[in-house]
Amino acid sequence: MTSINPNSMTDDYNFAYLDEQTKRMIRRGLLKAIAIPGYQVPFASREMPMPYGWGTGGVQVTSACLTPDDTIKVIDQGADDTTNAVSIRQFFEKTALVNTTTDTEAASLIQTRHRIPEHDLSEGQILVYQVPIPEPLRFLEPRERETRKMHALSEYGLMHVKLYEDIAHHGHIATSYAYPVKVEERYVMDPSPIPKFDNPKMANCPALQLFGAGREQRLYAIPPYCNVVSLDFEDYPFTRLKADTICALCAANDSYLDEVIIDDSGTRMYVCSDTHYCEDRQSKGHTGTANSLDDPDNVDRPISNKGGDNAASV
Amino acid sequence: MYVAVKGGEKAIANAHRWLDEERRGDRSVAALSIKQITEQMALAVSRVMAEGSLYDPELAGLALKQSRGDLIEAIFLIRAYRTTLPRFGTSSPIDTSAMQCKRRISATFKDIPGGQILGPTFDYTHRLLDFKLMADGEVPEAEQDEPSQSSMPHILELLNKDDLIQKECDDDNTANDLTREPLTLPVNRATRLQALARGDEGFLLGLGYSTQRGFARNHAFVGELRIGFVTVEMDIPELGFSIDLGMIEITECETVNQFQGSKSEPAQFTRGYGLVLGQQERKGIAMALVDRALRWQELGEDYLGAPAQDEEFVLSHCDNIQATGFIEHIKLPHYVDFQSELELVRQLRRDAALSKEASEKAAD
Repeated sequence: MTSINPNSMTDDYNFAYLDEQTKRMIRRGLLKAIAIPGYQVPFASREMPMPYGWGTGGVQVTSACLTPDDTIKVIDQGADDTTNAVSIRQFFEKTALVNTTTDTEAASLIQTRHRIPEHDLSEGQILVYQVPIPEPLRFLEPRERETRKMHALSEYGLMHVKLYEDIAHHGHIATSYAYPVKVEERYVMDPSPIPKFDNPKMANCPALQLFGAGREQRLYAIPPYCNVVSLDFEDYPFTRLKADTICALCAANDSYLDEVIIDDSGTRMYVCSDTHYCEDRQSKGHTGTANSLDDPDNVDRPISNKGGDNAASV
Repeated sequence: MYVAVKGGEKAIANAHRWLDEERRGDRSVAALSIKQITEQMALAVSRVMAEGSLYDPELAGLALKQSRGDLIEAIFLIRAYRTTLPRFGTSSPIDTSAMQCKRRISATFKDIPGGQILGPTFDYTHRLLDFKLMADGEVPEAEQDEPSQSSMPHILELLNKDDLIQKECDDDNTANDLTREPLTLPVNRATRLQALARGDEGFLLGLGYSTQRGFARNHAFVGELRIGFVTVEMDIPELGFSIDLGMIEITECETVNQFQGSKSEPAQFTRGYGLVLGQQERKGIAMALVDRALRWQELGEDYLGAPAQDEEFVLSHCDNIQATGFIEHIKLPHYVDFQSELELVRQLRRDAALSKEASEKAAD
């Protein structure tokens, strides 16, 4: 890690792009959010030089938290090299001159879209989530004035009815991502569109978890070691969900897998969505079926041959 | 051997170079100058200034050039630039009755004090393609006259004297700066008007139109529409007086709306108000219609469930930069979420197949 002069800023913009007053405003909002876990704090979101819906909330939270000594990691879909992750990482390389990394354990701040890294996070780390729709009740009640009232009164019956109706219609709770949680037995919170596989990682996490929704102008937070419970019923307990196979590159059986179509006949292979986790395991000598031999027979057969029997609760 | 797709950084850099190339187009054709855009594409410049909420024709022209003529992209560039500018004060309210009008019409009175001025309008042009323009035909210069010195009072103030029209009172509410404070509902009218003035022309056009077609119908006449330049002044506390910052071009529209009277109010005309930066006549009229529809509560009317009456609906969706970002973000990778949906659908289908099998067995 090279040391960086705290006064070093690019010529055109303040350190990490936003001006200091704006960062203070965001930090005040974040402090309130940390003080009331799961509560959505309105904040004066700025118009950023990237589109709304592309991580402007996360970028503003990162900008407000960043110090010159930080090392940041940016992931989208678990991967460091997806185009929007690259774009956001370059933005902070350019405006904050901070060190960047793809190593989850080496990062002091991780900005993410749609995943929580597989590696356990540690104390002192900050995980910043990009949030499209911060309101977990939004699709049950479109009006902000109503949903704020519902949160104030802890009136979450509507959400339980929705989950119950899912079970009545489908036999399961038909929400596989952005699965609602209750934080510290008070606020129902949207975890952002992470797969529900990741939900348990939010609970009792040593790292600070911050959520930023730019377009919707909301901040919220889960302080370290918080109680976070995915909503469920006694007779229909919450279950994680991932493809019931192992990574074709590193043979991990505990990571969330992406399904990749690799030829015209629909042959699939499954690989870790968390690219750093996968590379780390490979560098430690773990190999999967796909990279042990240059042999197409090592690749998983198409889904149709398996009768679709590859989804399972973990 | 499978290698995960890498090279996002290189792909982005190359895509941007390709974009630059396409923007420039055929290099044997002269590049557009910003001056050409501001002089000859003035209405596009107006729209970029209005919805970008920054009055600077030159920057708007640059944004249009950079965006290859994509208006919303140009507005986005202006907004992103504007957000970095310091706020050093608030101007005094502009005095639109002192406007140097280049266009001023009233649909409610045949003749008005100060006179009707058609001005540079597309109205009454026959929409026939002018092939002379294609052949670089230069238009003969028009004669010019001295600016009219007669005063041009607001027409609706004339109705005001007889109490025939609802009075607009200063409620001492100032607009929150929507770019500096989060929108919290309900909002005062000043903030509502600010949101509409920045709002998407097409969205307001559609909403305004919907009120004419019966969704919260409120028949409107254009009481007055004026376009021209006004002076922007600012009080400087250290000086103890206000100074002129310069002039801006604006479009102002006041509508006169039918009103039958309610339990609390005797019959009276009511008003809608539109004010937009630059020459933006269509937007100004549409804004006035939407403003009027949103005032149902204040005027003691019924809520008819029409979209144009719904403050939260209108204000949450009128900003095209928010809308375009969120609409377009669905082209970003979503394969993690899609994967979890795939697993869920497979699980549901497997369960369905099992229960069908079981019921068939039971039937046997």
